[in-house]
Amino acid sequence: MSIVEMRGACKPGDYKSDIKPIWCPGCGDYHVLMSFTRAFAALALPPENIVVVSGIGCSSRIPAYTSCYGFHGVHGRSLALAAGLKVTRPELTVVVASGDGDGYSIGGNHFLHACRRNIDLTYVVMDNHIYGMTKGQPSPTTEPEFDTALSPGGTGLRPFHPLVIALASGANFIARCFSGEPNQTAAVLVEAIRHPGFSFVEILSPCVTFRPDESEWKNLVHPAPVGATNDPAKAARRIMTDDGFNIGILYRGDRKPYQPPVGQGCGDLPELERDFEL
Amino acid sequence: MTVVAGTPKVASLADLFAAAYQIEADAVERYDLLADQMTTHNNPELAAVFRDLSRAEAIHRDEIRRLAEGVDVVAHAQRMAKWGKGESPEAASLEEAHYLMTPWHALQLALAAEHRALAFFRSVAASAKDPAIKKLADEFVEEEAEHVNLVHRLIRKYPKPADSWRSDPDPPVAQE
Repeated sequence: MSIVEMRGACKPGDYKSDIKPIWCPGCGDYHVLMSFTRAFAALALPPENIVVVSGIGCSSRIPAYTSCYGFHGVHGRSLALAAGLKVTRPELTVVVASGDGDGYSIGGNHFLHACRRNIDLTYVVMDNHIYGMTKGQPSPTTEPEFDTALSPGGTGLRPFHPLVIALASGANFIARCFSGEPNQTAAVLVEAIRHPGFSFVEILSPCVTFRPDESEWKNLVHPAPVGATNDPAKAARRIMTDDGFNIGILYRGDRKPYQPPVGQGCGDLPELERDFEL
Repeated sequence: MTVVAGTPKVASLADLFAAAYQIEADAVERYDLLADQMTTHNNPELAAVFRDLSRAEAIHRDEIRRLAEGVDVVAHAQRMAKWGKGESPEAASLEEAHYLMTPWHALQLALAAEHRALAFFRSVAASAKDPAIKKLADEFVEEEAEHVNLVHRLIRKYPKPADSWRSDPDPPVAQE
């Protein structure tokens, strides 16, 4: 019997660790943590059956703040690690946490191929359009006119469009959320975790320290005008033409997840050692 | 953060006690979180204010639990006290927090939270068909109104800071 079953009904608090978050006051990531714990409680998942994997950055601190298993990994490589874990331990619920720098720049290539492989993972990217932990460098989603000492006159670069790229690469579930609506975000996370295959959830999570202008996001977000579609062409058109603030589940695909037979990977260890003998 | 459609349906006294209990419990949790944030960011004065607010809410929470004798408000609240897409009325807004905020700002958050709770109980009282529920909801309205008055009195102790309160002599600007 799991810890949660022993305690009775699940509460979000069951999924919180004793470690106090050190994000800046006002950071959207506090709400994302709340959404994680609410979603896990709603799904009544035993904490020991959940693994939260992350890379590097403010967002990637999140595994330490949960009572689930966690892996705070190498910059940009969280998806590679999570993919290996899920195919070998398919009974676990694997949630991957990242930010727009870790996920779209350093880990950009892993993002494409994780979508393509369609392993049953939930990939949550807390997007604040900035590298917060390293003090404010432009990220792949930063607006071209963002003018700072590090990007004088603005970057002049076209921002990365993660939802379109996820769709084109084969993600099986695509949603956008706003951190300031933790219950709504939790509900989307529940759906994302339940949906088979690679689920991608982008959460707009303001950085109050390096992007104080993002405090306006709460006034800009709005529900997507139509529900999710399973037609990639329709989804692409909708995502390409929205204003970046449509909130909700935008695409639910029906591709079969990739799951190789467990235990039929690369053979047993002695055999592997023989193959590598010099 | 608003109280929106999807507030708990109050159909019995047990429901109302549970909702009231959860409102106070959520407020305690939120003030504790804000106090922790301020401790982490070396703002002890504000951490103390949030701890005091948390203690005050904890007293209300425990009082409601005591009043609801015979009802397991904790378990009942877990089943029914859900706020849909919105947030629990008295949970102070996390997104309004700032590492340079002052006690005046903290109390403004508290005031907004008390007003939301007041609005919730008013709506319950206004829509209640059962006289017992209406009576209890009216009592909660009175209690929340007292809390609003209390926060107003506390705010008087702290002058409104200058508009430049966010100015940091060593600001966290982008690296050069």
